[in-house]
Amino acid sequence: MCLAIPARVIEISGEDQARIDIVGVQKDISTALIDNVAVGDYLIVHVGHAIGRIDPDEAEKTLAYLAQMSEEDARALAAASM
Amino acid sequence: MKYIDEFRDGKLARALARTIAREVRPGKSYRLMEFCGGHTHAISRYGLEDLLPEQVRMIHGPGCPVCVLPIGRTDSAIELALKPGVTLCTYADTLRVPASDRLSLFKAKAQGADVRMVYSSSDALRIAQEEPGREIVFFAIGFETTTPPTAVVIKQAAALGLTNFSVFCNHVLTPPAMVHLMELSAAGGVDSVEIDGFVGPSHVSTIIGSRPYEDFADHYRKPVVIAGFEPLDVMQSILMLVRQINDGRHEVENQFIRAVTRDGNQKAQRLTDEVFELRANFDWRGLGEVPDSALKIRDEYALFDAERRFGIEYRKVPDPKACECAAILRGQKHPSDCKVFGNACTPDQPIGSCMVSSEGACAAYFTYGRFRSIKRT
Repeated sequence: MCLAIPARVIEISGEDQARIDIVGVQKDISTALIDNVAVGDYLIVHVGHAIGRIDPDEAEKTLAYLAQMSEEDARALAAASM
Repeated sequence: MKYIDEFRDGKLARALARTIAREVRPGKSYRLMEFCGGHTHAISRYGLEDLLPEQVRMIHGPGCPVCVLPIGRTDSAIELALKPGVTLCTYADTLRVPASDRLSLFKAKAQGADVRMVYSSSDALRIAQEEPGREIVFFAIGFETTTPPTAVVIKQAAALGLTNFSVFCNHVLTPPAMVHLMELSAAGGVDSVEIDGFVGPSHVSTIIGSRPYEDFADHYRKPVVIAGFEPLDVMQSILMLVRQINDGRHEVENQFIRAVTRDGNQKAQRLTDEVFELRANFDWRGLGEVPDSALKIRDEYALFDAERRFGIEYRKVPDPKACECAAILRGQKHPSDCKVFGNACTPDQPIGSCMVSSEGACAAYFTYGRFRSIKRT
């Protein structure tokens, strides 16, 4: 029920309204719950409303952490097989 | 899809699993409740339990709005839908929920009720504008994620001066339900369940932030890690919980930093607060009456409150005897402990609500893990 998907804004299509694109599917959604929406933002869309915005820098930090963890795991695996 | 595919990488998931396996301590147990049905679904769909060491056990929580809605509430929705002149708009999840007298909203529709499935609360509002001759009632369910979109349309209906639109409000709150589970455990009775840490909800927390869990973690001395819905998010959060448990910490940590801040979406909180107030009591399937755990529409918006408009009174109805939904929602039983799971009760012909929604524990297990879970138990 609380599922929501990140979708890219391609147009501000009205007051409190934006057009989003999800792998080619376009839809107008309400942005009444978010301030200062801009084209190119990734919004978190739930039941036709944007409820949040993806922070690209924070997303990068998570991915960088996961990559580092994976390297540490590879080293641990190598050490265990020696 | 950006921000989805990169968080589903199988190689990284296995690296995370090995890291978790290296860090769990022998003889220690890690019983982790994922509160939210979205996580239950992700854990089943991606087979995450198979990646985890024996000692880490996932306990499915009550965070599935369709599952926790008691039969009496669905009965009221059906009663509304069967009234002449009324159109009941609902999210798809509620349509197949079994109610009293072998009815469901689907069967009520077959009997001639005007029940319409909508994707968004905004669709219900649009129908009210297009069909001024009909009474449009929106059957609103959901946790903090789904509440602000309902608040938005009630405010829009007021601004438009609509007189044929109302909302049957069943919105419920996450932190009071977590507190209630802990209190049941503290009481030590038959309803208690042992939990060592919580995987906190993703999008609920996008709205409410991480702050509301701080008192909870401190008071009950249980770690909470707010997690995104993708498989790597869940695995990383489990690692964070394992580390907290190993260190004896009980903090609120945020894994879903790309979408959750400490204060959450304050605009959404403000709108919700303008339209809704706390309901003194709400009857949850599985949890029973929980004080201050749900919302009702404020007096200023009474015109849009279907409960007042149609004089709806809640009647408590017992769950079917064979159904174990209540104990499953408390985290005490596993779907495979239920006698009717997978035989009399299936997603096509559900007996209990946990078999209806795709995020219900029973439906998730039926779809992705029913053969595996038999082997494991």
